[in-house]
Amino acid sequence: MTPQIDRRPWIIISLLAVALLLCIPLSQIIFHINYNYTLTVVAVGGAALGILASVIGCFAVLRHESLLGDALSHAALPGVAIAFLIAGREIFPLLIGAAIASWLGTQFALAITRTTRIKQDTALGIVLTGWFAVGLALLSYIQSRPDASQAGLDKFIFGQAAAMVQRDVEVIAFAALISFVLLALFWKQLKLITFDREFAQANGVNVRGLDLLLSTLLVVTIVVGLQLAGVILMVGLLIAPAVAARQWVHKLGQMVFLSAVFGAFAGGSGAIISGLDVALPTGPLMIVMASIIVFLSLAFAPGRGLIWQKWQQWRTRSDIADNRAANLPRPQSES
Amino acid sequence: MPHHKTPLALEIHDLTVAYQSKPVVWDVDLAVPEGVLLAIVGPNGAGKSTLIKAALGLIPRASGDVEFFGTTYAKARDKVGYVPQRGSVDWDFPTDVLDVVMMGLYGQLGWFKRPGKKERDIAFHALEQVGMQDFAARQISQLSGGQQQRTFLARALVQNAQLYFMDEPFAAVDAVTERAIVTLLQELRAKGKTAIVVHHDLQTVPEYFDQVALLNLQLIASGPVETTFTAENLRQTYGGRVSFLKDGAQVVGMD
Repeated sequence: MTPQIDRRPWIIISLLAVALLLCIPLSQIIFHINYNYTLTVVAVGGAALGILASVIGCFAVLRHESLLGDALSHAALPGVAIAFLIAGREIFPLLIGAAIASWLGTQFALAITRTTRIKQDTALGIVLTGWFAVGLALLSYIQSRPDASQAGLDKFIFGQAAAMVQRDVEVIAFAALISFVLLALFWKQLKLITFDREFAQANGVNVRGLDLLLSTLLVVTIVVGLQLAGVILMVGLLIAPAVAARQWVHKLGQMVFLSAVFGAFAGGSGAIISGLDVALPTGPLMIVMASIIVFLSLAFAPGRGLIWQKWQQWRTRSDIADNRAANLPRPQSES
Repeated sequence: MPHHKTPLALEIHDLTVAYQSKPVVWDVDLAVPEGVLLAIVGPNGAGKSTLIKAALGLIPRASGDVEFFGTTYAKARDKVGYVPQRGSVDWDFPTDVLDVVMMGLYGQLGWFKRPGKKERDIAFHALEQVGMQDFAARQISQLSGGQQQRTFLARALVQNAQLYFMDEPFAAVDAVTERAIVTLLQELRAKGKTAIVVHHDLQTVPEYFDQVALLNLQLIASGPVETTFTAENLRQTYGGRVSFLKDGAQVVGMD
């Protein structure tokens, strides 16, 4: 008989999401955090960005494009600076500048890969550092100008939640909504090209079109997240929740949802902590939270976790040492 | 081109593939009638995989054209199944065996429809055909090489194609899997289907296949095994690097 679909992981993911949501009232009781309007905006924005980034990040991780994500976010900085020089501190020109610089950077890296013997990781490394260096130089120049005090562009490097207004949250939420609708519509095809490109292509799937869709979503995610998470650490919010989720579950859909739960927690809690104290940069706090989840997952996840595997090895070894080999699971037959 | 009585499943004309300026497949003409099992053999780097990938349009052709059942690949796509090399994917992808097999049905499902109970049953039946029914719910990261190969074969089976391309299905698999593939090939032929298989083991060619295409950048020879799989043709394909033992009518070679 065809095996039934196992729905238990979905229940556990839902319970975890509820448990993490309960952290909000708990934090009010234990730490006496006052969720006023400003902090609510910051918290919702951080969580929304965490969800968007971690969902798109699942595809980046599975497609082995983590470094591309890093290059995209670093390459955005000169775009932010140039857009400021042209249009001043308006959010939309800054985001468009970031997107154009990102896109040009990756196209340049791809062109290097195509036309020279340099491999893609190296090409991305060159673009990542080159673009970022130009961005830093331009930022220093902007800071030295008389109107620099109003700019606050250096916040794009590490991210700053306190600067966030409701409009920014709306931009993130809108980007997330559009992204998730597109992912849901093309779910089968995206899964297929992520797992087996050649088979997808042989079956007439428009692989190039879907590549373009995913890379566009990646750029949009990075660009809307820059203000909050910063260019340096944005990639962490993309890949850390996805890596952690992969440790616990073994289906793409479950991985995406668990990653979103982790991302919401890391993004939300990081934004809240930095919203309470302006001196604390938001990006690093979000990534610290995400990294804690990653390390716990790498250590403790059943099956794939290090401690689990060590325990399995130890048990096997002690069984053999005690001459209890009969207790061992039988070697898997091939039939 | 000799005249064929049976209709052709695949017809390749003057196919050339080049990476940068270096040709890897040179001016190949190949006609495969329906209902045969054809092995493509040749030394490493002879362009065997490249030939089938170029035929399927997965890599660009420098020149030449390819017909499937007398028409273009775009029009005959639902009659063609493809089994890539199992090393071409990341087996740590988060999914289970049944789900991979269902991927073979995505083309028939169309753009937006989700696979359901019917698709799961079709996929499970295909797993039974390759002896993988006990592994349906297993994580693909926990499969052996042979089990990976049989999963890929089941995925091709659900496509219910007329012509199958298989890229090195026998490479580094266990004896059980090898028998399962052979049985499957014979079942396909019994149903009048065609299989074009990139193969590396010369010894099993006469036993497993009806026809053979000997490739080393150029097509050295192609046709029925009895007349084509000769010591002279093999020597031409492999240079001096193959040793032969004439044992009755059978040629035994070593790579």
